[in-house]
Amino acid sequence: MESLSLTVNGKPVSAEVEGRTLLVQLLRETLGMTGTHVGCDTSQCGACLVHVNGDVVKACTMFAFEADGAEVTTIEGMADGDDLHPIQEAFRTHHGLQCGFCTPGMIMSAAALLKENPKPTEAEIRHHLEGNICRCTGYHNIVRAILAASGQPVPERTATATADA
Amino acid sequence: MTVAKPLPHDSAALHVTGQARYVDDLPLPEGAVHLAFGTAPVAHGRLRSIDLTKVRAADGVLAVITAADLDHEIDVSPSPSPEPLLAGDTVQYVGQPVFLVIAESHLLARRAAALADYDIEELPAILSIEEAMEAGSRFEEGPRIYTRGDAAEAITTAPHSLTGSIEIGGQEHFYLEGQAAAALPQEAGDMLVYSSSQHPTEIQHKVAHALHLPMHAVRCEVRRMGGGFGGKESQGNSLAIACALAARLTGRPATMRYDRDDDMTITGKRHDFRIDYRVGFNGEGRIAGIEFLQLCRCGWSMDLSLPVADRAMLHADNAYFIPNMRVESHRLKTNTQSATAFRGFGGPQGMVGIERVLDHVAHAVRRDPLDVRRANYYRPLAGASGGDISEQAKTQTTHYHMPVEDFILHEMTERLVETSDYRARRAAVAEWNARNDVLKKGIALTPVKFGISFTLTHLNQAGALVHVYQDGSIHMNHGGTEMGQGLFQKVAQVAASRFGIGIERVKITATDTGKVPNTSATAASSGSDLNGMAVQAACDTIRERLAVFVAERAQARPEEVRFEGGKVLVGGEALSFDEVVRDAYMARVSLSSTGFYATPKIVWDRIKGEGRPFFYFAYGVAVTEVAIDTLTGENRILRTDILHDCGASLNPALDIGQIEGGYVQGAGWLTTEELVWDGKGRLRTHAPSTYKIPACSDRPDILNVALWDGANREETVYRSKAVGEPPLMLGISALMALSDAVASCGKAYPDLDAPATAEQVLRAVERVCT
Repeated sequence: MESLSLTVNGKPVSAEVEGRTLLVQLLRETLGMTGTHVGCDTSQCGACLVHVNGDVVKACTMFAFEADGAEVTTIEGMADGDDLHPIQEAFRTHHGLQCGFCTPGMIMSAAALLKENPKPTEAEIRHHLEGNICRCTGYHNIVRAILAASGQPVPERTATATADA
Repeated sequence: MTVAKPLPHDSAALHVTGQARYVDDLPLPEGAVHLAFGTAPVAHGRLRSIDLTKVRAADGVLAVITAADLDHEIDVSPSPSPEPLLAGDTVQYVGQPVFLVIAESHLLARRAAALADYDIEELPAILSIEEAMEAGSRFEEGPRIYTRGDAAEAITTAPHSLTGSIEIGGQEHFYLEGQAAAALPQEAGDMLVYSSSQHPTEIQHKVAHALHLPMHAVRCEVRRMGGGFGGKESQGNSLAIACALAARLTGRPATMRYDRDDDMTITGKRHDFRIDYRVGFNGEGRIAGIEFLQLCRCGWSMDLSLPVADRAMLHADNAYFIPNMRVESHRLKTNTQSATAFRGFGGPQGMVGIERVLDHVAHAVRRDPLDVRRANYYRPLAGASGGDISEQAKTQTTHYHMPVEDFILHEMTERLVETSDYRARRAAVAEWNARNDVLKKGIALTPVKFGISFTLTHLNQAGALVHVYQDGSIHMNHGGTEMGQGLFQKVAQVAASRFGIGIERVKITATDTGKVPNTSATAASSGSDLNGMAVQAACDTIRERLAVFVAERAQARPEEVRFEGGKVLVGGEALSFDEVVRDAYMARVSLSSTGFYATPKIVWDRIKGEGRPFFYFAYGVAVTEVAIDTLTGENRILRTDILHDCGASLNPALDIGQIEGGYVQGAGWLTTEELVWDGKGRLRTHAPSTYKIPACSDRPDILNVALWDGANREETVYRSKAVGEPPLMLGISALMALSDAVASCGKAYPDLDAPATAEQVLRAVERVCT
């Protein structure tokens, strides 16, 4: 067993874990923070994405002890009390989710992008999200949500056609 | 009124904060055990013996269960044809569960499950459609055949005819949340099951059977799934049953989730098909007759394959009136995963078959495929513009003899041709192709006409339970399950509208077999049609009681009472809803009701292929433009325009989400998502590393989606239409656009199989060029 101490969403945390324990297991099983999801188990789908010392990390691809001493931010740490983070709010209002399983990873990924590049183009957003799979939305509303969160205009939808028009 | 508002998903705030709980997120009581299946390493063989010594001795293992340890054969099948939980004497596909490990953790269970020593006498495995046809390996006694007219005669006497064949690959669901279940032992042997399932009643039924319990002793609860797409209609049964067995054996809570590779190896996928066709037509491309041979690879067990194959037959016409048609369908048994429900349920494969024919015929007569498609559409409805009035009065019927009474594709196509600028863009594509040798473009418009209702008629029923509490807040429950599609929100909007109150007063609750019994799977796109109506019925019962109560006090007539804007309007007075509820409670008026709905008008004989299997049709049209690299086969979608029919939408934002997601999933199925089995029957594409799901950068640069805003002519909930499955088939336009691009390379017909991967496109280009 390994002893480790880290900061998760601003709070100091200590735990005893086996050496092979993954960061995502530490978060979900030891700390009971289940907002970080396991989608593919093999570091491809991005559902488990968190920030470690400000860098984007797939939590299923990092050992817990590698995060010893680190500052970890998960989806649970994004809102300020009851006030949603602007990216969270944008995903909610722009329908950037359906089943919601990929959503925490998408939001963590988007947050990292906007930190580096506060006004990304649509093409930059799409390129950045290549490591996050969504099976429900077709990504359109996710891209719109991130544009909105970055304070950029969101393309209007085509007007609804009417049968009698 | 709350209905028709583009409200966000009911759980949106929970999803964006990570608080929404899926089965694997539930905090279980102390001491939960974790499970994993040990699975068959060969596609077909006699299991002589299995040495589990190392499995039992592995760290953290509490127990190991084989078929021999069970007191009866436990059946996980959703069909009448049994499917054992654990393989007995024979194994039938690579990945079939053979034994169950119960251990202290998920990882320990999985590690132990890999340690078995099998002694298996390998038997010849039937893997392909061709092998199964040759061996006569099939479900049902022979092929099903639906006919109208004399197709053979019509083809022979037509001025032109041609034959062809298309292979259509399967598709992995890749719900982001893998299969998961948990079981908690209750007092007196009862069992509480949490399952990521589209069909809680079946989970309840199957667990009860496995434990020799009446159904009343088992309760299944489903709050949400992280995606379903049909993959959680029957494929969750094994996990839920395994959890219940382990919970009973150990007296501890039991939980199981498939690791992603296990999930893709063990569970069923979309059926792959080969469709052969022979078609007779005139110089304009008007079709006189078609013979289809649909060969459907079902895998090792029956599962839902019969209704899937039936639905493929029922969509072999898509939007076209084919005067003479014969569809012959073979349901083939192979030593592969048991193919299962997947969004569209056979409809997409049938539709690809006929769209392929239209594309092929158009190529033969050298016309724009759009014009050939329109020339073969079902006739416009009586009263619609254009055409001969006397002709229009006669409603045309499908090849299964159902009248097409709601055909709106002429108008929809006209509109989309305009808004997508199809004609000018087609000319521009031709011009581009004339100037460029390496990069070629293609464009195609394809329609969708999708039948709405379960073809197994008795499934078209739903129940609901609504409580109004003393404070005017409402608890709503129904048999539908939430998998991301927004069903719960749409139905809550119905409930809020019935009482004329805000949506925040309606509590959405987990699907629970203890609240609403005997429910059908949330499938066949029918979730809001069925459950919306059931909830409406329950609300209206309570509303009627409230109306009688206030009318009597105000000396008015109950039918004059209105529920609007949080008020109850009676005799010129506006009372608050909460006040009326409180007074009604004090006056001992019942504030709780069930509701029930059974879809009217449907009658179906699946053996004869005759009747009205569908309450109505949902329609859509899509134009897709693509570009291909003729040197590599690489391709991408440039632009997509969609016009889709949701009737009078219950929630346009959620419906548009279904359309966009459905299109991308459909296009993915037909372009990049390729399942590859090796010669030993091993699935080699069992993770997203090798199985290419559309990513964010794969979706079209331009995606325009609009709703056709006509009400459903049938009396559905607020005249809306089902939306779950139909948009998936808009993705067929991507396949046909690729065919168009390849066709520009030479004279021959591209003969493109699906998925049209880069390799397929390159091969087709080479065929067409030589």
